[in-house]
Amino acid sequence: MGTLFGSGIKRREDPRLITGHATYTDDVKLPGLTYAAILRSTYAHARLKKVNVARAKKAPGVVAVYTGADVKERVNPVPCAWNVPNCDLKTPPHPLLAHEKVRYAGDGIAMVVAESREEARDALDLIDVEYEPLPAVVDPEMAAQPKAPQLHAEVPSNVAFTWNVAGGDADKAFAEAAVKVDLRIVQQRLQPTAMEPRAAVASFNPGAGQLTLWVTSQNPHIHRFLCSVMLKVPEHRIRVIAPEVGGGFGSKIPAYADEALVCFAAMDLKRPVKWTEDRSENYKATIHGRDHVEYVELCGTKDGAITGLRAKVYAGLGGYASTAAPGIPTILHGLMYSGPYTIPNVKGTVYGVYTTTTPVDAYRGAGRPEATYLLERLVNLYARKIGMDPVELRRKNLIAKDKFPYTVATGITYDSGDYQAALDKALSILDYQAFRAEQAKARKQGRYLGVGVTTYCEICGLGPSQVAGAVGFGGGLYDSAIVRVYPTGVVRAYIGGKPHGQGEETTFAQIVADEFGIPIENVEIVAGDTEATPQGWGTYGSRTTAVCGSAVKIAAQRVKEKAKKLAAHLLEANEADLEWRDGKFVVRGSPDQAKSFADLALMANVAWNMPAGTEPGLEATAFFDPSNFVFPFGAHICTVEVVVETGQVKILRYIAVDDCGPQINPMIVEGQVHGGVVQGVGEALQEIAVYDEDGQLLTGTMMDYAVPKASQMPKIETAHTVTPTPVNPLGVKGIGETGTIASPPTVVNAVLDALAPLGVVHLDKPLTPARVWAAIQNGKKGGAR
Amino acid sequence: MKQSITLTVNGTDRAVNVESRALLAYVLRDQLDLTGTHVGCDTSQCGACTVLLDGHAVKSCTLLAVQVEGRAITTIEGLSADGLHPVQQAFWEKHGLQCGFCTPGMILTAVDLLSQNPDPSEAEIRHGLEGNYCRCTGYQNIVAAIGAAAAALRSGKRAGAAA
Repeated sequence: MGTLFGSGIKRREDPRLITGHATYTDDVKLPGLTYAAILRSTYAHARLKKVNVARAKKAPGVVAVYTGADVKERVNPVPCAWNVPNCDLKTPPHPLLAHEKVRYAGDGIAMVVAESREEARDALDLIDVEYEPLPAVVDPEMAAQPKAPQLHAEVPSNVAFTWNVAGGDADKAFAEAAVKVDLRIVQQRLQPTAMEPRAAVASFNPGAGQLTLWVTSQNPHIHRFLCSVMLKVPEHRIRVIAPEVGGGFGSKIPAYADEALVCFAAMDLKRPVKWTEDRSENYKATIHGRDHVEYVELCGTKDGAITGLRAKVYAGLGGYASTAAPGIPTILHGLMYSGPYTIPNVKGTVYGVYTTTTPVDAYRGAGRPEATYLLERLVNLYARKIGMDPVELRRKNLIAKDKFPYTVATGITYDSGDYQAALDKALSILDYQAFRAEQAKARKQGRYLGVGVTTYCEICGLGPSQVAGAVGFGGGLYDSAIVRVYPTGVVRAYIGGKPHGQGEETTFAQIVADEFGIPIENVEIVAGDTEATPQGWGTYGSRTTAVCGSAVKIAAQRVKEKAKKLAAHLLEANEADLEWRDGKFVVRGSPDQAKSFADLALMANVAWNMPAGTEPGLEATAFFDPSNFVFPFGAHICTVEVVVETGQVKILRYIAVDDCGPQINPMIVEGQVHGGVVQGVGEALQEIAVYDEDGQLLTGTMMDYAVPKASQMPKIETAHTVTPTPVNPLGVKGIGETGTIASPPTVVNAVLDALAPLGVVHLDKPLTPARVWAAIQNGKKGGAR
Repeated sequence: MKQSITLTVNGTDRAVNVESRALLAYVLRDQLDLTGTHVGCDTSQCGACTVLLDGHAVKSCTLLAVQVEGRAITTIEGLSADGLHPVQQAFWEKHGLQCGFCTPGMILTAVDLLSQNPDPSEAEIRHGLEGNYCRCTGYQNIVAAIGAAAAALRSGKRAGAAA
């Protein structure tokens, strides 16, 4: 057994990142480079009467100007690639540049290409656009009403889909239930805010007919495929390189019009073109997340056994259906309504609704944070109604560890779990009873402390491919690796995933080095270039370690099998008599008779003496398609003090106990938890994308959108339990999104626990001081809810 | 309109012909090929573009290049002539970065912070990062890294004084 698996070694990607020698997309420079800038609609909803680019074309440095009319015959619209079945999905065309109508403030209207960034930007101001403004609608529930302004002629009431999920008989459960609770919950729209804005650089070689696109992408193979569709260029003529990528959180999954336009211009002009959004543009033109208005209900017995859940959800899609948008509030949300509990009867309806806003797609957690949040809020409300401790109520309903694999009412099967153990661990770290005593004491002193406890499980490690196909995902969900051994015994693994901060250049090297018994310095992981890497499906949905890491493991095992065959041949021994010890194949009982990995690497690559019928070379490719998703789980606890005079929330402690199975690199796992929790705390306390009624984004810069700062965020205490999954050879589950999934309800339930004596029953995120203060005043007047 | 200016960048005098309106961040990136300086916002919030100007952390997206004529600029590429600076080393050791985009600005901000306050408390470190955003790490390991770098710098100074 290797020694690196489980070791928190330093990251191998860091030396280039801490010295400024990494290459992000905007760092790419090419001879003859031109720069693009995109004119974006200032109206949320309008007919385009006229787009006059004559003056812009004559501006200094301008090489070309393109409008929607110029490009519409030569390109295809931006595709939606998750065509969820059985929900009457309507995805009207999303033109690369608008030519009849604009449907959000930020919709592209024209693109300028110039000799410099500044000249391109200057020329945008010279384009005259005549708009015929139409009414805006920004709220998904309002947009689904019959008289709402309609975005797309072919989509009445803006309802893009109506998706239903049901298991058991929820209506009967509610009719018979002794206790029912219900809430209207607004899960606010969020702006993902990867620190690196999106960018694209395209270069076209007309002689070879080859297009190269450098792009901020979490999934370069998907970008190659979708760019091929948009540009009508065969896939093998497109090379997509995702170089260093500065965070994504889902926002760099989708295909955007922008990179396709950059490619189009590079081909049209036969010059390389670069486009980089600035932050204000990012906030308008890069996808947003969440945006649900939910009507949810829970029912159960008087002694706290949950018997049913119902949900009706209006999920905002924005102006168009982005790449994965239909799958997020359905497959990744509605199927998870049971969470970690035994809820026999579930019924949900999700309406996907077009609104005159920036498109909404996957944002860290993507559907599961919303499901976890509504469930955990309902559970607390239920506990309050029957006067039971919310921890006890959870404990009573958690799926027991001997029930796995466990099929929930929505039909999906959880792989493995020990939910009680995680809860117990978290409670003991806090000393829950001691905190309750402290809380009671503090209340007598006029101080308001609260505690929130979340038990969660989530679905990730997407996917199996067969399920992907069944749920309309426009691709596979396997992943891949090529493990290639060089003559000198050093190794490169080319992977289908594309890490962008998650550290797989380190964790995957740990897997390979362990398998071959070689120093980790002799292993390099290569990702992001479609020319070098096998077909993969990208890094999102906490899938890369579980799926792509398994492919790495299997490919390395295949290499080792071949090396063993070669060793047996060279040692004139039977394979069965060989054992692997300290990085060598050794003849059992004859320790001098051995071949090291380096010996075998050399011989396989020079092929002077191979076993009969064995090909030269030492490499293997593996495609791994898991048999199921993985379901990480855990328990999070937050304690808070609310300053009732100001409404300010102070987090006292934040405890995260997560189970992602065996940890390849605990340091990296912990880092993922920290980052995920803080994103969720941001969602709970301060982040919100705000539109005015005309569809103008009021949180359009970092001055207005409240990205969490160091001084605002708590120190997080982490711990874990280890429950392997049977669905992949590493036994690992995902950890990239658990923090963002678990922390919003944990923080909100803590605050509402603190405010309970003041008569406050529910508050929507984010719990800004203004909202909390207003709720306290309202509660005092007896006007809670 | 273009102007010719001279800057001392990472210890070397560099003459550049810049647009009057050119921001220092873009001159460093586009004209001097120092792409370790990143641009993450357009309102001076995020701090990814932080460089040292005469030893003090400044946001290079908020300065015109012509404003810093004749002055000394240190970018992430020039932080350490040989080997890693103790702050860089600590970011590596403590897993103080994930995607790396905010990292150059974080590191240079920390260098300035520690030059002014060699033994900061956790709260002082967090406050010192007011102008630098990170979306990946939740800041916890950045704070730990800066604390570790402070200790390393202090013990290095003591070792230097003893020698």
